[in-house]
Amino acid sequence: MTESGQHRRSLVRGTLALLVAAAAYEAMARSGYFAPALLPTLPAIGRTLFASLADGSMIEHAAFTLYRVMFGFALSVVVGLPLGILMARFQHVGNFFLPLVSALMPIPSFALVPLFMLWFGIGNLTTILIVFYAATFPMIFNTWSGVRSVNPIWLRAAGAMGASEHRLFWKVIIPGASPFIITGMRQAFLRAWIAVVGAEMIAASDWGLGWVIFDAKEFLNTDTMLASLIVIGITGFAFERFVFGSIERATVMRWGMMRAAKG
Amino acid sequence: MVPIEIRDVSLIYDTPGGKVPGVKDVTLNISASEFVCIVGPSGCGKSTLLNIVAGFLSPAAGEIRIGGKKVDGHGMDRGVVFQDFAQLFPWRTALGNVAFGLEMKGVPKDERERIAHEQLRLVKLEKFTASYPHHLSGGMQQRVAIARALAYNPAVLLMDEPFAALDALTRDDMQRLLADVWRETRKTVIYVTHNVSEAVYLADRVIVMTPHPGTVKAEIRIPLPRPRDPLSVEFLDFQKELLRHLGHGASASEPTKANGKTTA
Amino acid sequence: MRDAVTAIAADHAPDRSHGSERLRLIWHNIFPFVVVGAIWEIIAWTGIFPRRLFPTLEDVATAFVNLTITGILPHHAIETVIRLLTGFALAAIVGVTIGVLMGRSRRAEDIFLPLVSIGAPIPGLAYAPLFLLWFGLGNLSSVLLVGFVSAFPIIFNSWTGVKAVKEIWVRSAQAMGANDHRLFRHVILPGALPYILTGLRLGLAQAWRILVAVEMLAAVPWGLGWLIFGARKFLNTDIMMAGIVVIALIGIALEKLVFQKIENYTVVRWGMISS
Repeated sequence: MTESGQHRRSLVRGTLALLVAAAAYEAMARSGYFAPALLPTLPAIGRTLFASLADGSMIEHAAFTLYRVMFGFALSVVVGLPLGILMARFQHVGNFFLPLVSALMPIPSFALVPLFMLWFGIGNLTTILIVFYAATFPMIFNTWSGVRSVNPIWLRAAGAMGASEHRLFWKVIIPGASPFIITGMRQAFLRAWIAVVGAEMIAASDWGLGWVIFDAKEFLNTDTMLASLIVIGITGFAFERFVFGSIERATVMRWGMMRAAKG
Repeated sequence: MVPIEIRDVSLIYDTPGGKVPGVKDVTLNISASEFVCIVGPSGCGKSTLLNIVAGFLSPAAGEIRIGGKKVDGHGMDRGVVFQDFAQLFPWRTALGNVAFGLEMKGVPKDERERIAHEQLRLVKLEKFTASYPHHLSGGMQQRVAIARALAYNPAVLLMDEPFAALDALTRDDMQRLLADVWRETRKTVIYVTHNVSEAVYLADRVIVMTPHPGTVKAEIRIPLPRPRDPLSVEFLDFQKELLRHLGHGASASEPTKANGKTTA
Repeated sequence: MRDAVTAIAADHAPDRSHGSERLRLIWHNIFPFVVVGAIWEIIAWTGIFPRRLFPTLEDVATAFVNLTITGILPHHAIETVIRLLTGFALAAIVGVTIGVLMGRSRRAEDIFLPLVSIGAPIPGLAYAPLFLLWFGLGNLSSVLLVGFVSAFPIIFNSWTGVKAVKEIWVRSAQAMGANDHRLFRHVILPGALPYILTGLRLGLAQAWRILVAVEMLAAVPWGLGWLIFGARKFLNTDIMMAGIVVIALIGIALEKLVFQKIENYTVVRWGMISS
């Protein structure tokens, strides 16, 4: 089996799986067993989706959501990555932050939405802070385990070659921990994505995909709800596949630090 | 190149099962550009001693001087090659690995790439400069590791069974290659091995260590001219002598199975 | 480097049963909270923020004690925990199965990865209105939604874990005559265990997170999410904080009592992650 042949087969299988899932849904929607308002057909969802894309409203909502999620996610990387590394490298830092992280991590970000709404009002600030809160812990946690799993022989070798603490950090620990760090970013982004829509639903202003779903639910507009779900799903999928996928291919896979599943 | 003085060095391991002496009162003088092999069964403290010289472990007693300067932690006067293939950085190409030490030294990019190329040519890997370690065979990876340890021009090369995980044919090639490299660079080398024929092939002088506690039992000069012929009578005589010092005349490649549980 | 060596030596220090050692450990865990609590208290007392919005720790403690004595808080907590465990159990069984399948078989990976990749980034709360419409208000919807959403991290991590099992272990087991079944039980599963446990841990956190939010939206009569959300309307920040504290306590208890114990017994003992 050649590499490209294998790849094509993967694509075919994936597409097939999606088609079967879609057909099953459509059959259910048309069976008449469920109310059309609750289970709209795929063409109905498609029309709604197309209309909202054509008049630009959906794109604008998506832009707001993306702005909030990227801001919060970037913030979580800026905080979580160095903190995770420091915690793993210095026992005192670890001793201090580990109990805090383990205590804060199990608090759902949504549990803070009501509190943040009282503190920061409704709008971007609250949403971004909720996203930040949700994304930071996977970032910290994965970085921390990644740094602890850096092969000690690399540290020895680099030390023998005169690497300073600073160089050790950038040239050995970061790349050595990169499989975990990239996984951490992936998880952080997924969490951020989940948090942003939830926060938009609860602490809604007038923009954002979460708000659209919430608004649609009030009027039983299930087709609009599902159309926004599709937009949310595709955007998330695109990030997962193209952004993080290419980061992974350019780094850990190229270095042979992660192998592909075998058939 | 510089001499190495090891004076009354001892180290004790604190294990869950109690205190285990790693090495005890080891004294050795190694002259500049000398190739010294340390042989002994597992647990005799030969790797521990090497790690002390490398500065990865601090001795409980005694001191080590390299070129008259007391060893305190690791430094760029020593290059280290480990047994584990994983010592190479998987995220760097062969060239990137070799250039690492020079980068740490602050050598400009063009210059360090030139030197790294040169070093890779020395270990006959000039065609694989752009390869990542996981694409290289074990022997090639160890050659990269040697080039890497030599690249920043340390006075001393410390090698901890670098070829032990290689197949016999590759190992023979690697020994020849290392002998050539040494002739060209004239580093002071400490080379740890449990392979007697390897020691006789490479060394100016062989140090025999025994376990419980790890001490020096014998020192044997190998005055044979280089390149050496492993099948010559003199070569085999030295091998026999070494095996006698190790306590028996069993197989040449696995001299002793020690009962000790320390992995030094 | 030295630090690492010393740290390893220290880890091997045999005496750990001594009382003073235990006290030191407890203090280690409490100290960070003392620091954060003190900062909180100072901010609260300076009155930079209105006290209704930024209650002192005494206010929170009072609310906590009152709600506990009257039995309101425990009732909320128990209802929430039952929902959590049911949903999470569902997610664990389904998630590990799918994840391991994806890791072992290219075909399963090709089929599930698109579905999972599309499903996972769709926020759990976005499904909530759908689930509520389809399965009605109440427990069934919340449990199903919790199970559905928390299955994703479990799937992803089991998948990654199986893929990260070293080829050399697989090969050496095959060389020692292990058949597929034994290979799976004795090599793949234990080899992937660190990741699977991480996945279960993340899944539990996910279940926890989504459940609290669902309780806010689904108007269940009892549940900690509902308690917090309701408290907002009357600016009862102290009750809100008390609810958040209970949420944190339950989360920590699950983490410490379930997963860390399992991890200690398996992964750390095998030296795959240093303790």
